[in-house]
Amino acid sequence: MATAIANGPDALTGGKESAPTEAVVVRFAGDSGDGMQLTGGQFTLSTALAGNDLATFPDFPAEIRAPQGTLFGVSAFQINFGSSQIDTAGDAPDVLVAMNPAALKTNVDALKPGGLIIADTGEFNKRNLEKAKYTVSPFEDGSLEKWQVLAFDISALTLEAVKPFGLGNKEALRCKNMWTLGLALWMFDRDREPLKDWLNAKFKKLPLLAEANIAALNAGHAYGETAEISGPLKQHHIAPVESEPGLYRTVTGAESVSLGLVAGAQLASLPLFFGGYPITPASAILHNLARLKEFGVTTFQAEDEIAAIASAIGASYAGQLGVTSSSGPGIALKGEAIGLAIMTELPLVIVNSQRGGPSTGLPTKTEQSDLYQAVYGRNGDAPLPVIAARSPADAFDCAVEACRIAVQYMTPVMLLTDGYIANAAEPWKVPDPASYEPFPVSFLEDKNGPDGELLPFARDEKGARPWIKPGTPGLMHRIGGIEKNPGTGNIDYSPESHQTMTDARRAKIDGVVNSIPDQEVTLGETSGKLAIVGWGSTYGPIHQAVRRTRKKGLDVSQIHVRYIWPLPANLGDLLKGFDKVLVPEMNTGQFKTVLRDQYLVDAQPLNKTSGQPFTIAEIEAAIEAALA
Amino acid sequence: MNDMTPIAKVQTTMKDWETDQEVRWCPGCGDYAILKAVQRTLPELGADPAKTVFVSGIGCSSRFPYYVESYGFHTIHGRAPAFATGIKLANPELDVWLVTGDGDGMSIGGNHTMHIIRRNVNVQILLFNNEIYGLTKGQYSPTSRLGTNSPTSPLGSVDRPASPCAFALGSGARFIARAYDVSKELSGVLKAAHAHKGASFVEIFQNCIVYNKDVFAEFTEKANANTGQLWLQDGQPMLFNKGTQGITLDLETLSLKVVEVIDGDWKAAGVIVHNVKNRAIAHMLVEMPFGPFPMALGVIYDDPRPTYETTVLEQDAKAREGKSANLAALLAKGQTWTVSGTAADPI
Repeated sequence: MATAIANGPDALTGGKESAPTEAVVVRFAGDSGDGMQLTGGQFTLSTALAGNDLATFPDFPAEIRAPQGTLFGVSAFQINFGSSQIDTAGDAPDVLVAMNPAALKTNVDALKPGGLIIADTGEFNKRNLEKAKYTVSPFEDGSLEKWQVLAFDISALTLEAVKPFGLGNKEALRCKNMWTLGLALWMFDRDREPLKDWLNAKFKKLPLLAEANIAALNAGHAYGETAEISGPLKQHHIAPVESEPGLYRTVTGAESVSLGLVAGAQLASLPLFFGGYPITPASAILHNLARLKEFGVTTFQAEDEIAAIASAIGASYAGQLGVTSSSGPGIALKGEAIGLAIMTELPLVIVNSQRGGPSTGLPTKTEQSDLYQAVYGRNGDAPLPVIAARSPADAFDCAVEACRIAVQYMTPVMLLTDGYIANAAEPWKVPDPASYEPFPVSFLEDKNGPDGELLPFARDEKGARPWIKPGTPGLMHRIGGIEKNPGTGNIDYSPESHQTMTDARRAKIDGVVNSIPDQEVTLGETSGKLAIVGWGSTYGPIHQAVRRTRKKGLDVSQIHVRYIWPLPANLGDLLKGFDKVLVPEMNTGQFKTVLRDQYLVDAQPLNKTSGQPFTIAEIEAAIEAALA
Repeated sequence: MNDMTPIAKVQTTMKDWETDQEVRWCPGCGDYAILKAVQRTLPELGADPAKTVFVSGIGCSSRFPYYVESYGFHTIHGRAPAFATGIKLANPELDVWLVTGDGDGMSIGGNHTMHIIRRNVNVQILLFNNEIYGLTKGQYSPTSRLGTNSPTSPLGSVDRPASPCAFALGSGARFIARAYDVSKELSGVLKAAHAHKGASFVEIFQNCIVYNKDVFAEFTEKANANTGQLWLQDGQPMLFNKGTQGITLDLETLSLKVVEVIDGDWKAAGVIVHNVKNRAIAHMLVEMPFGPFPMALGVIYDDPRPTYETTVLEQDAKAREGKSANLAALLAKGQTWTVSGTAADPI
């Protein structure tokens, strides 16, 4: 049957007794049709169930079914898990599972020296090697010498394992990912039962396929045991992480944003209206909410991005909590309507799952390059609050906050996530809804003017106007995008009115600062030599890099900002307490510019725009350079 | 299918529907007549100002909501249908009128016009067609006739005009009607549009006296009314010119034809009887070229289907059946695990 090729010393393949492993990074890579995201997702679940902390990074091509075996059709899923706190998907993998030559070629250079390659030789035929631009098999030319290689015919082993079920060749080979998962589960001593339950549920109507997949899973697992006996492979036990007691689950950013919006609407005592248009990587929010009707959710798949936001504004106007979501190109289309929501002062939540840009850019890759768009990207003086989530779990609280600010200040609020946060999963301590302070909305029921007249644009102490639902007797009035009288809201182009209203709109948003917490130092001292200021999904690598460099004795602190606009009241003073300020961002320096503008602080940029998250090492190196 | 409980009728007068805002259309603009017709019709419908919402886009016609004493939302260019859809989904009890123009509804907002019609949202869509951009000072519009001279087409426009009613029907409309600004039948057409449950599409020819004066005079002028206007009525023969002419269906070419009616014997002349549920004839009527034919006016097509919001709400209600909105349970859904013991900060 299969011939195992094994070479090299150390690492995960054993040979020597390895020290207890604190954290391991595994990357599953294969053809986009090989089911790598599924494999990764299930491995994530079993890892979470084993009590490890974890972070994942799904990385897949924009094409739904890219031509088989090609370099650009490679889909990968990386998971970092361990017995201590995990904040990133990990820099370099310890283990690479390569299901074909293209997957090996595109991923092997990221592997740690001495890392383990598990490859399916069944796919390393002449045709696939050519497609991956290999002239000779990498197993034969010595190009893989610095790594451990465990290459054997997974395809043949899978076919053998599922033979009793009489599947066609194509269907039988589809079980390969479960075979591989079985091996991975053995390697890290994971329980197979949840997987079996999942397969039985997934193939409820096709029990034969469930059985075949379980057989493949078991076969992969058994192979691990056998291979251990015969030599190169070792099993690893990774102790559960010490974390706060409580109930946990895994959550992706798209899930937690959806749940946070539902929670936010409940806290506001409002039905939720979600108008969306399909776009990567934001669609998952629409998918999730479409299944939550019992929570008073109405979802509307609009004809385009503009209609999506327009319908949400219409719903807000009619008294529901309107929400729309998109990614950069869609947000660009929504710009004029956002301006109308600002002008008519209606609550609205806009979620932007950022991706690489400009234009169509990198639909499936992550970037943080829509910050200018969020803060400044509209015609006229059109301020709105902007909040950025730092991780999948954090996105829940951010979504609740976005809802709160929107209804309390009668304003659209932009919530920034990104492709990484939307797709990545991490353990999440399930929050208790009762621990959140409700912010119930009250609609205007009677005329509110001093002389018994209706003033739709009178303001409360926060600068917010009343919310008036059509259908309320006696409060008929007209609103629109034209400049208006500060009280009645009637059309009024006069110089005084425009000055007053522009000032009022700005003051209202500036005033949001009074309802948000002061900026805390995330890690380290409140003053010193160097502050690393970040926002959004760079939290993980920054946190780990600051942690590591602090262990080395460097004077560095992490300040991670959630409230991008308005900025926390104390942030300027906080930054002035540091000799240097470094701002790592997955863009060309957008938040850096905002900080410089707001505080005249000499913030320095650290930028990356490759569509991949920062590695810890990159930020560590920048910290060391800044303090050298 | 239970399509919305009827809204309780409210007693109002025409005056009750006027706002304190100065109407700012050009003197002599056809919009005044349409506004009056609407304000005259609303009391007759028993409409409740508190439950009525006028939604508009951008353009001369879209100023309309400011002048009607109800709820009003003047939105952005071309997107009024999408706002209206959100309003109706959030509160289907609101009686929504959508006011748009040929530029707003057929050009920048053509996409949304199509989708609100195909979804069949229960609103009245009034498209004021003046075949010109008025508010931006006279550029040709998507309904301007070939050769229209305008600041952007000094040598005459060369793009072929779109037909709003044909577009609406092609988008799946279940109600199509036509009228013109000063016609006394406009009120009746508005009532029919209001009575129809679903998206009612009404094209109103409107005279822009500044940039496209008298462009419809060939059939709206008194002298031309007899030969130029075919007023359709359900169950009545398609007669015009005081009953001396009519429309028949040429069975050889499967097209409409004008025939002479002798001594009122329209049956002998083969004049067809208007049936508002006949979609095929509706297609022919909206495509009927003016000139060789009179302009088809009145209710051209009226055959209701369940409305979008009713269907959505029914589906949502079904999805909610037997489920409770337990947020704590939702958050803890899926595979979970419990961590016990003391908290430890790993940093």
